Amino acid sequence: MYFKIFRTTSTIVLAGVLLANTSFAFTLKKEDWKPKDTTNLVSQFYKENESCLKCHGERIYEYVNESQGTTIRHSMSIERFINRDAFYSSNHKTFKCTDCHSEEYMKFPHAGELRMEQMYSCIDCHGNDPKYSQFHFEEIEAEYQQSTHFQMEKDGFTCWKCHNPHSYQISIRNTENLKKTIAYDNAICLNCHSDFDRFQLLSDREEINILKKHDWLPNQTAHFQSVRCIECHTNSNDSLLVSHLIMPKDSAVRRCNECHSQNSILMASLYKFQSKEKRKDGFVNGILLNESYVIGANRNEYLNSFSLIIFVLVLGIIGIHIFFRTVHKVKPKKK
Amino acid sequence: MSHKLYLYPKWIRAWHILNALLFIILIITGISMQYTDNITSKFIVRFDRAVAMHNFAAAVLTFNYIIYVIGNVLTKNGAHYKINRKIIFNQLIVQFKYYAWGMFKGHKHPFPVTEDSKFNPLQKFVYVLAMYVGMPLVIISGIGLLFPEITVKAIFGVSGLILTDVLHITVGFFLSIFMIIHIYTCTLGAKPFTLFKSMITGYHESDEDKH
Repeated sequence: MYFKIFRTTSTIVLAGVLLANTSFAFTLKKEDWKPKDTTNLVSQFYKENESCLKCHGERIYEYVNESQGTTIRHSMSIERFINRDAFYSSNHKTFKCTDCHSEEYMKFPHAGELRMEQMYSCIDCHGNDPKYSQFHFEEIEAEYQQSTHFQMEKDGFTCWKCHNPHSYQISIRNTENLKKTIAYDNAICLNCHSDFDRFQLLSDREEINILKKHDWLPNQTAHFQSVRCIECHTNSNDSLLVSHLIMPKDSAVRRCNECHSQNSILMASLYKFQSKEKRKDGFVNGILLNESYVIGANRNEYLNSFSLIIFVLVLGIIGIHIFFRTVHKVKPKKK
Repeated sequence: MSHKLYLYPKWIRAWHILNALLFIILIITGISMQYTDNITSKFIVRFDRAVAMHNFAAAVLTFNYIIYVIGNVLTKNGAHYKINRKIIFNQLIVQFKYYAWGMFKGHKHPFPVTEDSKFNPLQKFVYVLAMYVGMPLVIISGIGLLFPEITVKAIFGVSGLILTDVLHITVGFFLSIFMIIHIYTCTLGAKPFTLFKSMITGYHESDEDKH
């Protein structure tokens, strides 16, 4: 009998493990929050833009030197190269090049002084515009100006150091995959912080080994895959989807329980947005579907209340039992 | 008239005391992790320490559990967990009635402890549930949480880690409740501390005048 019970239990447990590992992909209704599909959008300025991209869209470009009548081949500097696919899937894909760059660029060879042209920053187009009010650009600008990036490098730092205007995509609102959003957002930081050549453009500091700097972090890989750099390195702001107040390294989050707790700082920004979005599927599904799992507090209020009730009931029953044992002490009857 | 039965050999006592200590550590550190606050930085034990202690205690508990299972397969002790499905339900009612009011009316213990049957039916049932259902579930789900990369990403669209976590804390909670009741029922021996002494000396003191 004992073996039977053991066998049955083992079978149930094994079946559970097998079921878990077969990874059923049962997709719940998510149509409500699917992003608008603009993948097949063809820019109305495609042809006009080609006059720039025929050189700037190629790693090797060629032009005719009319005075000598020769064809010249050059490699395009990575700083001046625009990837067509990235541009036409970016947030600015409907733009023509000369919306932001001088019309003078239409002449070739380009005039040298054009390099000195003042570049727009986000706020120049998006600021004080009711159309973009939901994105809080003014607040982002204010936070950015307090950030360590701006404070340390007032002249050299611009929005474009992190957000490439030719490829930038808003990732949070359009994602169905939290991990991809996290990787995309972290790549923005790593673009400079793990590429010393780019880092040197703005700083004279010695090379930093990101992995070594984060040696203290347990399960480093899991953290890097599941948390964005900015969760620990910014002062989180609940009204902004993405905090832009990047803090000096000494102010970064180091205490585990700032995230692994009931009032986790992760409940702001990305994860909060995901939970709210998914709750459109229904409250329970929204809670259960939340991928932002954090070890520790599981934040399930129903389970907390349920366990408290059972705990109090058990203590109550034991208390009553003790009471009767004390007041109702009877010697067992003899045979 | 009282006589002593040697019911708990050394290996069982060693396993039991270690299991009990680990359970206490796991419950305290588990509750600490569950209710840590980010302002005060701890509930009972500081979060990072609670995690380290919980992981270490869980690893030892798993090893101890394997010894328990092997011991029960290799020795006669396993026989005490055999349940007769045909009569267990009625036996459970009898035992439950005894605890609920029989013992207050001075009724005799319905299933006295003997060398062949050291557990009453209620004990048998609950022990089998705790040790052969609860423990494997809490250990497997715990391994799933310790190595999140091996845990399945989603089951029916729901995050595998959340399900594993909910399973782990639910089973952990019921095992904690089991422990509270287990400790309380251990005060129901001949004297309140008789049964605790038995688990230290190995001898069960049977007193026919008592239960």
